[in-house]
Amino acid sequence: MTHKPKKDEVTGVYTTGHEWDGITELDNPMPRWWLYILYACIGIAIMGWIWYPSWPVWKDGEMTYLKGVSGYSTRAAVTRELGDIAAERSVYLNEIRDMDLYDIQKNPDLLRISLAGGAAAFGDSCAPCHGSGAQGFVGFPNLNDDAWLWGGTLSDIAQTIRHGVRWEADPETRMGVMQGYLSDGILSRSEVTDVVQYVLNFSGRAENQEAVARGSETFANICSACHMEDGTGNTMFGAPDLTDPIWLYGGDPETIFRSVAYGRAGVMPAWAGRLDEATIKQLALFVSSLGGGTDPVDQ
Amino acid sequence: MFKFSHGIIEKNASLLFVLTLIVVSIGGLVEIVPLFWIKSTIERVEGVRPYTPLELAGRNIYVREGCYTCHSQMIRSLRSEVDRYGHYSLAAESMYDHPFQWGSKRTGPDLARVGGKYSDEWHQIHMENPRSIVPQSVMPGYPFLAETRLDVDGIENVVRANRAVGVPYDDAMVENAKADLLAQLDPFGDVDGLFERYGENVAVRDFDGNPRMVSELDALIAYLQMLGTLVDFSAYDATIPGNER
Repeated sequence: MTHKPKKDEVTGVYTTGHEWDGITELDNPMPRWWLYILYACIGIAIMGWIWYPSWPVWKDGEMTYLKGVSGYSTRAAVTRELGDIAAERSVYLNEIRDMDLYDIQKNPDLLRISLAGGAAAFGDSCAPCHGSGAQGFVGFPNLNDDAWLWGGTLSDIAQTIRHGVRWEADPETRMGVMQGYLSDGILSRSEVTDVVQYVLNFSGRAENQEAVARGSETFANICSACHMEDGTGNTMFGAPDLTDPIWLYGGDPETIFRSVAYGRAGVMPAWAGRLDEATIKQLALFVSSLGGGTDPVDQ
Repeated sequence: MFKFSHGIIEKNASLLFVLTLIVVSIGGLVEIVPLFWIKSTIERVEGVRPYTPLELAGRNIYVREGCYTCHSQMIRSLRSEVDRYGHYSLAAESMYDHPFQWGSKRTGPDLARVGGKYSDEWHQIHMENPRSIVPQSVMPGYPFLAETRLDVDGIENVVRANRAVGVPYDDAMVENAKADLLAQLDPFGDVDGLFERYGENVAVRDFDGNPRMVSELDALIAYLQMLGTLVDFSAYDATIPGNER
């Protein structure tokens, strides 16, 4: 209920004129400090409208907006920021980009920077498949060991990172075909079983020497084209070494049977374009440093 | 004569509600509505096309499974974001999204440019059980996607519905929706029609590693693999009038 405001006898302040069941309210003014802050906020908001892009306006026959006197643009700002960072980093990144990988390796300062930068890039781009410790997973190679599907020299690693493996969109991608010899109707089930025994025999694990003997012909005719006659593989086709204890998909007879029967075609994306050349080189140096990089003179 | 009185509003809850709603909505309307008419809202870029039927089906699964509750699809124009995820997102890149998937909450990483970052096989393993390949992941597994048949016959209506809300699908795209969906999954099939309608920048392959079945995983991976890949940023100039923000 409302009534006429009247002076409260105890405080000497007028009431608001509202009354609820006999309870009335004093009409004290807001504290000054509070009001001034409110006015300041309103003032800042108006300055913001003037300073930054704000109101939509109709201009020259189309809807546009006031650009603000500062000419601020978030996109220009982030472009400038990134440009500043790039300029700061370019001192060494340009060197890394232009220098030969082996020369970087001999330069302690650049190598230190490359390994740090490579580790950071690895964490974001490579770890999801190869693992945060580069230990790999089934189907995704371990990068710490000495086995390299596509070559372990610095330039081989950089090439693989740049163009990927079986990455259709990149014409220079690494390409090798391990087709399904049973599913494509090239070998019969028993021929596959025999050749699996032959492969197991490389590591002395064959269970059936007769099958090994039967499988040798198949291996020589078909498999040796990529895996070589002694089973040591060929990095040109990404054909793994079948004599070592390192297996990408598993080295038990059942898994080897599946690999031969139904084929394998692991894919790695091409990183050129997504990552710049300096980052790719840093990654190559980092991956090589994990322990498994091969020296070009060894090959 | 009508005399304005607070008493009338204060004593009438419905009127107070309606008037509050009007006052509050003015703030939103002033910010949002002009964007529909400001021409420079959507940047002038090359390459953005409507989703192919398969990608669209994958997008529906993405929405159905609530991927947006943990993954955003917008790289903000901030240094840290651009450094990690790549070029900041453009309005043009989500202009055919209904609804958009920008999001403001990231439990997992932003997915605006996830296309082409991983192999299909990685996605297959990751959807089956994320921890089998990313041990520290908290994402739930979606193993049923690989075993669930995609609703192929319903795709024509999905395309039609998207056309109704403004995506420029033409009659041929609607009529051939099912054929185009199947064509994108068959690397040995006839893709001329698909390319003619959607351009050559369409990945054609079996995405889920199981050519014998058109699964929901096929559609979802096809969608994930195209995210953020349409705009050719080498031809994008952020500084020309109309592209600056």
